[in-house]
Amino acid sequence: MAGVATVPADTPAAPSTPPRRSVTGRRWSRYSIETRVFGVLRWVVIVFLMLFTLFPFYYMVLLSFRDLSALLQDPAQLWPDLSEFTAATYREVLVSTESGGQGFLQFMANSGLIALGTVLVTLVFAILGAYAIARLQFPGRRKISVLFLAVYLFPSILLAVPLFVFFTRIGLRGSLAALVLVYVSQTVAVAIYTLRNYFQTVPASIEEAAAVDGAPRFTIMRKITIPLAMPAILSNALFIFMIAWNEFLFALLFLVQDRDRWTVSLGLSQLAGSIEIPTTVLMAGSVILTLPIVILFFASERLLTGGLTAGAEKG
Amino acid sequence: MTGSDSGMTGGPVVPLGEPGGRAPRAHPRSRGQWSERRFGLAIISPTVVLVVVLVVLPILWTVMLAFQDLRLIQLRTAGLLGDYTLDNFVDVFTSPGFWGSLVTTLVYAIGGTVAAIGLGLVAALALRQPFRGRTFVRASLLLPYVAPVVAATFVWGVMLNPQFGIVNEIGTGLLGWDEPIAFLSERPWALITVIVFEMWRSFPFAFLFLTARLQAAPATLEEAARVDGATPTQIFRHVILPQLLPTIAVLALLRFIWTFNNFDDIYLLTGGGAGTEVISVRVFDFLVSRGDIGAASAQALVLASVLIVLVTVYYRFAAKEEVA
Repeated sequence: MAGVATVPADTPAAPSTPPRRSVTGRRWSRYSIETRVFGVLRWVVIVFLMLFTLFPFYYMVLLSFRDLSALLQDPAQLWPDLSEFTAATYREVLVSTESGGQGFLQFMANSGLIALGTVLVTLVFAILGAYAIARLQFPGRRKISVLFLAVYLFPSILLAVPLFVFFTRIGLRGSLAALVLVYVSQTVAVAIYTLRNYFQTVPASIEEAAAVDGAPRFTIMRKITIPLAMPAILSNALFIFMIAWNEFLFALLFLVQDRDRWTVSLGLSQLAGSIEIPTTVLMAGSVILTLPIVILFFASERLLTGGLTAGAEKG
Repeated sequence: MTGSDSGMTGGPVVPLGEPGGRAPRAHPRSRGQWSERRFGLAIISPTVVLVVVLVVLPILWTVMLAFQDLRLIQLRTAGLLGDYTLDNFVDVFTSPGFWGSLVTTLVYAIGGTVAAIGLGLVAALALRQPFRGRTFVRASLLLPYVAPVVAATFVWGVMLNPQFGIVNEIGTGLLGWDEPIAFLSERPWALITVIVFEMWRSFPFAFLFLTARLQAAPATLEEAARVDGATPTQIFRHVILPQLLPTIAVLALLRFIWTFNNFDDIYLLTGGGAGTEVISVRVFDFLVSRGDIGAASAQALVLASVLIVLVTVYYRFAAKEEVA
C-alpha cells in the first residue's frame, strides 16, 4: 500500500507551495501561517507517534538484557550499558524447569505446533469455502456468507462459556487438537472473506477456458486458481499464524492446568504474577514471544497490509 | 478470538456487505449447473459444519445455560436439559457490581474507540505526504496492533510499575511528581490507563483504514480548493473530512463492538481491579473462579444483546453504503 500514494507532491502541508493565484493579503497570511505551522506540527506528530508506538518495544529489549539488581539500582537508565549487559536472562527463561529455567523452549514448541496446525487446517477449509462462494452457484450461498460475516464480528468472550463447558464435559479441554479446532472455527470466516475477494479478481475466463478443454473442477482449482491466488493465500497464512500465536483467552481456558502444554502467551501471563521470577527474565520471555511476530510482520509487511485493506479499498 | 481484540484478532476486514445479487457465471446446460451446485455444497460443507458446531450451537447453548442453575462442579453429572429458571438474571441484575460494571464497560468502550480513531486520524494525516523512510514509519506504527497482547500488557505493566517503572522514574525525577502513581491499581488512574492502552493498541487499525481511504480520495477536489485559496484547515474541514466520514463511521462501530467485548487487555493489565471491572472480565470470573455457569452465561447474554443491536445497525449502514 505504501508508495502508491495518489496524492500529488504539492499538498497543503508542503511549505514550498505558494498559493496559485493572487489573493488578498489577509488570506495569504493565514494561508502561509497555517502552512508553516502544519509543516512543523507534522514532524512533531511523526516523532511523537514513533516514540509512543516503539518505546515499549525498545524498553522490552533493553530490560531483557539487564540484570534485575542493576535495574533496581538505576531504573531510569535508557540506553544499554555494556558493562552490565547480560544474556543470562534468555538462558534462564528458555531452559526447562528441571534445569532451573522457566521452560519457554517447550512453550515455543507448543505455540508453534498450535499455530502451524491452525494455519494448515484453516487454509484447507478456507480455500475450498472461498472458492465455492466466489465462483459457484449453490443453494444457501448468500446465507452462508452472511453467517461467516456474523462469525467474524462475534467476539470470543461470548463463546468462552459454552466452549469451556462443552469441552470440559466431553473431557477434551486440555487437548491441543481441541484448541486448534476452536482457533480454526474462528479464523476460517475471515480467511474465507479475504480469499473470496481475491478469487473474484482472478478472471473467470481463464478457468472457463480450462473447463472447455474438459478439465475437472478440482484440477482447475489446483492447477489454475490456487497458484494465481498464492499471494493472498500466503498473506492469509501469516495472518492466521499471528492470530493463533498471539491468542490468549482460549489458551488460558483450555490449557492452564498443565504446564507442559502452555503456549508462550499463556506461560508469560501465568508467570508474570510470580515474585520469585525476576522481571528481566520475564522481559526476555516477552521478547521471545514478540520477536517471531515482528520478524514475520516486517518480512511480509507489503503482503499483509495489502491484504488487510483489501476490504477497505472497495469502499 | 473472532472479532475481539486479542491480537489481530478477527482481522481488519471491513465487510461492505455482500456483493449483491451478482450471480456467478452459470453453465448453460442444466447438467453443468447441477454439478456446480453439488460441487459447491460439497466443498463448503466442512466449513459450515465446523462453524455451526463450534460457533452457532455454542451461542444457542449459552442461551439455555443462562436459564439454568448450573455449577461447574455439577457439570459431569448434569444433563443437557436442567430446570429452567430466571434466577440467574435476577441475581445478575440485583448483584451489587453489575450496573457499575456496565457503566465501566461503556466508558471504556467509548473512550477507547474515540481515542483510537482520533489518534489514527492524526497519524493518517501526518503521514500523508511522502518522505524518506515513510514505508518504515508506517510499518512501525502498525506494531502495537500485531504484537502479542500478553507481551504488550506485560511491558506496560513494568513501565508503569510504581517501584522501578520508567514512567514513574521520569515523573518523579524530571516532572516533579510528589510520589509515584500506581497506574494500574488506583482509581481513577486504572481506567484511564486501560483506555490509553486501548488507544495505543488499536489506533493502527484506524490509521490503516483511513490511510487507504485517503489514498483513494481524488486529488482534483483539493487542487481546486487550493486554487481557490483555501487554507489547510479549511481543506481538511470541507474537503477531506466529509470524504472520510463514512470510513470513520464504520471504524467507530467495529472498534466499539470489539472494545465493548474486550477481555484480554483489561484482564492482563489490572485483572479487573481498581474500577476497571468490565462485563467480559466478570463473565470470566463467574465462569472460572466461582464456577457459576448460569450467571456467567446470563452476563454473556447481556453483552450479546448489545452486540446484536450494534451488528444490526452495522448491516443497515453497510447496506446503505453499497447503494451510495
